[in-house]
Amino acid sequence: MTHQFPALTPEQKKALSDIAQRIVASGKGILAADESVGTMGNRLQRINVENTEENRRAFREILFSSDASINQSIGGVILFHETLYQKDSSGKPFPALIKEKGIVVGIKLDKGTAPLAGTNGETTIQGLDGLAERCAQYKKDGADFGKWRAVLKITSTTPSQLAIQENANTLARYASICQQHGLVPIVEPEILPDGDHDLQRCQYVTEKVLAAVYKALNDHHVYLEGTLLKPNMVTAGHSCPKKYTPQDVAMATVTTLLRTVPAAVPGICFLSGGQSEEEASVNLNAMNQCPLPKPWKLTFSYGRALQASALAAWVGKSENKKAAQEAFRKRAQINGLACRGQYVVSGKTDTAAMQSLFTASYTY
Amino acid sequence: MTHQYPALTAEQKKELSDIALRIVAPGKGILAADESVGHMAKRLNQIGVENTEENRRLYRQILFSADSRVKKCIGGVIFFHETMYQKADDGTPFVQMIKDKGIVVGIKVDKGVVPLAGTDGETTTQGRWSGCGVGAAGFGAAGLTRCPAGLDGLSERCAQYKKDGADFAKWRCVLKISDNTPSALAIMENANVLARYASICQQNGIVPIVEPEILPDGDHDLKRCQYVTEKVLAAVYKALSDHHVYLEGTLLKPNMVTPGHSCPTKYSPEEIAMATVTALRRTVPPAVPGVTFLSGGQSEEEASINLNAINTCPLVRPWALTFSYGRALQASALSAWRGQRDNATAATEEFVKRAEVNGLAALGQYEGSGDDSGAAGQSLYVANHAY
Repeated sequence: MTHQFPALTPEQKKALSDIAQRIVASGKGILAADESVGTMGNRLQRINVENTEENRRAFREILFSSDASINQSIGGVILFHETLYQKDSSGKPFPALIKEKGIVVGIKLDKGTAPLAGTNGETTIQGLDGLAERCAQYKKDGADFGKWRAVLKITSTTPSQLAIQENANTLARYASICQQHGLVPIVEPEILPDGDHDLQRCQYVTEKVLAAVYKALNDHHVYLEGTLLKPNMVTAGHSCPKKYTPQDVAMATVTTLLRTVPAAVPGICFLSGGQSEEEASVNLNAMNQCPLPKPWKLTFSYGRALQASALAAWVGKSENKKAAQEAFRKRAQINGLACRGQYVVSGKTDTAAMQSLFTASYTY
Repeated sequence: MTHQYPALTAEQKKELSDIALRIVAPGKGILAADESVGHMAKRLNQIGVENTEENRRLYRQILFSADSRVKKCIGGVIFFHETMYQKADDGTPFVQMIKDKGIVVGIKVDKGVVPLAGTDGETTTQGRWSGCGVGAAGFGAAGLTRCPAGLDGLSERCAQYKKDGADFAKWRCVLKISDNTPSALAIMENANVLARYASICQQNGIVPIVEPEILPDGDHDLKRCQYVTEKVLAAVYKALSDHHVYLEGTLLKPNMVTPGHSCPTKYSPEEIAMATVTALRRTVPPAVPGVTFLSGGQSEEEASINLNAINTCPLVRPWALTFSYGRALQASALSAWRGQRDNATAATEEFVKRAEVNGLAALGQYEGSGDDSGAAGQSLYVANHAY
């Protein structure tokens, strides 16, 4: 703690900061298209499409060959390793296809969970071995940001001190290594929505987790202006009997972030978790309308919540390409409006009616 | 980390938050008039005045008799224990005089530093022990080794001070920069004691001002001070989170980021501003309503110019950035007074002048005492990626 040994030169810092700013430029968010092979399998199974490399490529091509105007709502795309090296039907590599629209290319860097012995089923994340070399290679191959997802869960005994501390530490190591190689790290400490806990409990846990994450980032000398945060929104557990409004979710979430996320962080890109496309947009919109100060961008990094309709329109048939692209474009545009607090939910026009839904039932 | 056991009710939170916001309302800052008896000795010595209880009373009366002009630039006054129970010539308690001007009353609750064994001369801070009134030394006294270090009886004292008119408190921790310091232990221990103090204050309706001062002594440069300040503040806010402190009901009183006193390199106010605001943006959660800088060894004018530069710096600043000045608000008043009753009015006027200047600086509207127009100042902001 006594002396500084600068981790980055001013030029390196500027490069990282510029990338981060481009990704979350006003009205833009991230398309998380980094589903692993297994996860893609789940998605494709739902629309009765076989999980082959070609089908995965074909669907991603549909997304990435959208009209360039998609760049008004999409600032970055996260890719899975396989996808970074795939090409469109004309032979153009996907990174090039994305970059020529002025969108930043990102890469999923973690290698999934590993158990933490002696805990109640808690985990840490693998992927630090050889990470520096992988980052250097991905940077050469077109990536400018990385993503690493840590997972925590809420039960009567979790998350434990160890799980919080270990996941925060791994995230900080990953972030530090990324920055050394010119990649902006997206830091994702996801607290799963599984469980019957209420909104308050999720808020409490999220505050503790984020405080630990930012202490670890500081300990590891990470340059915050060259990072992004990808947290869960603060919501009740899936099986919580009590229902909350988007305004409740917004107040709890933004309060949590104000208490833990330094203003130096340029943007916060929420994960959509188990939310439907519409839910994810409405909640994001409520955040951006909520009457609390917001010194960072509040935007999206959505996977399912941007792709569900597109997948359902495609169902594996190339003749459905245009319909699928239109479905994707629509969701992208809606989320672009939501991150400016300008999404007018169809059917509900009265903002006064919305305002009255702010619950004073508990103080945040 | 699994379950919440709320430390405060909704009403308690609101009360604390309201107090904090009143203190740092736009254009307002704090008069730190909480010099201990020993500290006042130094001040009075410098103007050839004897350090008696009566002289200390007369001097504080000069400050507290300021007219309504101070209402718009002073949001809070920090008292020393003795002063809380003193009165003006006409019998009005000082606490009442301050409250009648709509200013919030605060109380210093720490009692100076004690050594941390095994370190390179580092310290932690202890609380006042009950029954301690006047006569004890201020900070830095080596002879305090045998005194109880900690927060003993702080809760009871807070409750009493709240009854007696205080709505906020102050606790100063001290760290220093040298080749081996601050050590991890010093940072951790001071952060922890600040968090305990803050937690106890809030339980008693008192807004804690958290003061982790990094001394300006030394020849280190601006970068070094920024680095250390970032590490210290990160530890402070982690400790506050661990101790379940309600940030919206606290204030921070940090050092500005400056080079050491004997650093050969000179820096502009804009460089100090960029380094300071950058450090705060990286560590102080936006939920904290205000940052009230200490003036350390700065002159009155220096402290105002730097505060103004901080408020015109081109970085987003989500908290109020204002002053909690002792010497930088009182130096001129003290030398105008020199212990003579006849000089009282002139002395009060000096104080009011400085208060108004700092009120402007807290809004980024202070144009300096004559040299350097605002435009010349702007061009000196160095690109923020260098910080």
